[in-house]
Amino acid sequence: MSFDSTYTRELPLVPERSSFKEIDDVIFRPVEEAPTRKWFIAITISSLALMIGAVALANTFYFGIGTWGNNSTVGWGFGIVNFVFWIGIGHAGTLISAILYLFRQRWRTGIARFAEAMTIFAVITAGIFPVIHTGRPWLAAYLIPYPNQNSIWVNFNSPLLWDVFAVSTYFTISFVFWSVGLIPDIAAMRDRASGIKKRIYTVLSLGWRNSNRHWQHYERAYLILAGLSTPLVLSVHTIVSFDFAVAILPGWHTTIFPPYFVAGAIFSGFGMVATVLIILRKVYDMEHIITLDHLEKMCKILLATGSMVGYAYCMEFFMAWYSGYIFEQFVFINRAFGPYAWAYWTMFSCNVIFPQLFWFKKIRRNIPIMMLLVILVNVGMWFERFVIVVTSLHRDFLPSSWAMFYPTWTDLALLLGSFGFFFTCVLLFVKVLPSISLAELKAVTENAQPTHKHHH
Amino acid sequence: MIGKIKNKLKEVNNRNLEQKRSDELYAIGALFDTPDEIMDAAGKTTEAGYEEFDVNTPYPVHGMDQAMKLKNTMVGKTTFIFGFLGTTAALLMIGWMSGIDYQNIIGGKPFFAIPPAIPITFELTVLLGGLATAGLMLTLFNRLPWINNPLHDTNYIKQTASDKFGLVIYAKDKNFNIATVEGFLQSIGGKSIEKINFFEVREDRVRTPIFDFKFIALLAVVTVVTAVTAYGILRYVLFLPPFDFMWKQEKVLPQEKSTFFADGFSMRPPVEGTVSRGYIPYEYQGLPDSVVTLLANPLPINAEVLAKGKQRFNTYCSPCHGYYGEGDSRLRGQFPNPPSLHTDKVRQWADGNIYHVITNGQNVMSSYAKQISRDDRWAIVHYIRALQRALNAKDEDLN
Repeated sequence: MSFDSTYTRELPLVPERSSFKEIDDVIFRPVEEAPTRKWFIAITISSLALMIGAVALANTFYFGIGTWGNNSTVGWGFGIVNFVFWIGIGHAGTLISAILYLFRQRWRTGIARFAEAMTIFAVITAGIFPVIHTGRPWLAAYLIPYPNQNSIWVNFNSPLLWDVFAVSTYFTISFVFWSVGLIPDIAAMRDRASGIKKRIYTVLSLGWRNSNRHWQHYERAYLILAGLSTPLVLSVHTIVSFDFAVAILPGWHTTIFPPYFVAGAIFSGFGMVATVLIILRKVYDMEHIITLDHLEKMCKILLATGSMVGYAYCMEFFMAWYSGYIFEQFVFINRAFGPYAWAYWTMFSCNVIFPQLFWFKKIRRNIPIMMLLVILVNVGMWFERFVIVVTSLHRDFLPSSWAMFYPTWTDLALLLGSFGFFFTCVLLFVKVLPSISLAELKAVTENAQPTHKHHH
Repeated sequence: MIGKIKNKLKEVNNRNLEQKRSDELYAIGALFDTPDEIMDAAGKTTEAGYEEFDVNTPYPVHGMDQAMKLKNTMVGKTTFIFGFLGTTAALLMIGWMSGIDYQNIIGGKPFFAIPPAIPITFELTVLLGGLATAGLMLTLFNRLPWINNPLHDTNYIKQTASDKFGLVIYAKDKNFNIATVEGFLQSIGGKSIEKINFFEVREDRVRTPIFDFKFIALLAVVTVVTAVTAYGILRYVLFLPPFDFMWKQEKVLPQEKSTFFADGFSMRPPVEGTVSRGYIPYEYQGLPDSVVTLLANPLPINAEVLAKGKQRFNTYCSPCHGYYGEGDSRLRGQFPNPPSLHTDKVRQWADGNIYHVITNGQNVMSSYAKQISRDDRWAIVHYIRALQRALNAKDEDLN
């Protein structure tokens, strides 16, 4: 029984048969060489955005969240919109690294490490928002059940507390998964480096020596971590959706929320991964490792998850009508035709209508159009969270308390700053750590595995 | 300045990090070019009876664990044990905290129930299972970190990290003999055969560096710095602006002096003639009791009223008048003892007169209008009447 018949391969993962040395060189080039002009321009822009966000954050801390557009009717504004948006972005990373790993989708190899790193940065970015939304971030420790002098414990029945556990577990496990994957690659870098770099890599690699006695445990642990991450990633956005669904507000109180949120999260995450990868492969000449085939497969996933999200949008309307509950019906009519109709239709067209173009192979393999569409996906998914949060809140049961939500400059600067933070982290990561999993990539190149002519 | 730093960095970067090696042999390694060759070599090495050997490859080679005759890994069992521990710990934690120690009524739901505990239980299962899997895989199963293993910094390990497949036989193997092993490695097709010696500072075992003085000192420093920082923040920084906004507010407190109002009080007196809710002004306030003629007790005499009167009498009156109204004060002379309530004078008073004394006060006794409500005062009057009758009971009262 040969290896190739066990794992049927659709297309070569590293098309031009590269030697391992060449793969090393391509992958380590961004790390080992001095940063290019392009990189400096990119990090200047992203850190500028980060600084603007930092100013807004200082403004928020000093004057309080009165500087935001939230009001007593729309209590959850950009803070929660951005939180859910960034958490969603993170989900693609775990999906690519864990779920596709379990499904033996070996094309994931080229993009897994990068997607995992994106998960970690996205979850950090997301985590900032609920903490500052509390208004007193220095009291965030009260979210943890620790024995305190007031002898009170947290409320274990609250979805907001489940969220704390879900997001922090998600971050920890994603970080562990990512770090475990990095160890062999850092060891490979250590063996190429000298001086201070070598010292740092020596410590970070823990003295990994590519021993097959180690690989045996390592591979099993990696498989188990993938197995643990898979239900975890599904649980995280489910629990985030509980923040809404467990409330009794029309527009939030629906059982469709968990699957709808998970599909949306994967959709938006793939949108973001594709956006960044298209740029990255260009900047670092990795077109033969992150190939057009990879991007095409991502477009297919975008098409599938985009359609799922579209189904959820339609089903929400159906349920509002079918329930016969006038308040629910009002919320949905108000969503589509009320004062925020522009946000609703932006969301609907970016998430449901435009991705349908991915049915065409020509479009799936056309980089500029693909780039445009995935950016629209990002925009659309941000607006989805805006629509869910703001349009459900702004016209409640009492018409006297109806209000509009207008973002302030602080809100907008924080949103910009979150992108700045995320992209600064991504750029630094690309510079200091291998952004493609070297060991995994080598293992799936042509002729990398024995033909098993001696052992059966 | 920047130039200096650059030079310094260059100097540090070029410093030779290679450690000196001793003469003692640690292992002999050989390199192979293809995965098929290394599989073959591993199989032959086990067949030749070597046990202390290893195969180093840039990525896991499928089927190598069978070729090397490795036992099945226990990582999966570890995950199960620690995951199960996470489940148990989560359920015990939630059960004890919200079910026993801090019972809080939330929407009338049970203090502890399984469904709302599921999310956190699941998360903690994954968290503990995942952390244990990764942590124990590295430390317990792979004996890492081990950054000064003699294999490091050799041509052998550098090649196997990139594109070669290496097989190494350790000197501690019971069949080890330099000449035989070299010959054997050559015979199975090994190239670049390399003798690897121990480092001069010999550390062939995984020595736990956690007992090093340096490490313990580092821990101590980290502990102290963290503790001092945390203490400083909690004790001082959080009391500085802007974090003091909760107790430094632009408002006047009840007992504060006010510079705004002419009388200097921050509390404002009510408008002249203000009457509190439910308060009925007393028409004989401050007048001698001879004036009081028209007051009648509005309460009926029944067990409930008497019990109320008794309770109020015992609370407010008995400290001076005694439990039976005999003027036997429990205050042991701190106030002059009041006269008995069983004198003829009091017995012949109308109910209104007793009520007037309680309401208005008399001699040393001050007004009880503020402490005792109107109805309670009338109830006390009934009770005093009952006491008076009890101490002067006639024969017919016994029936």
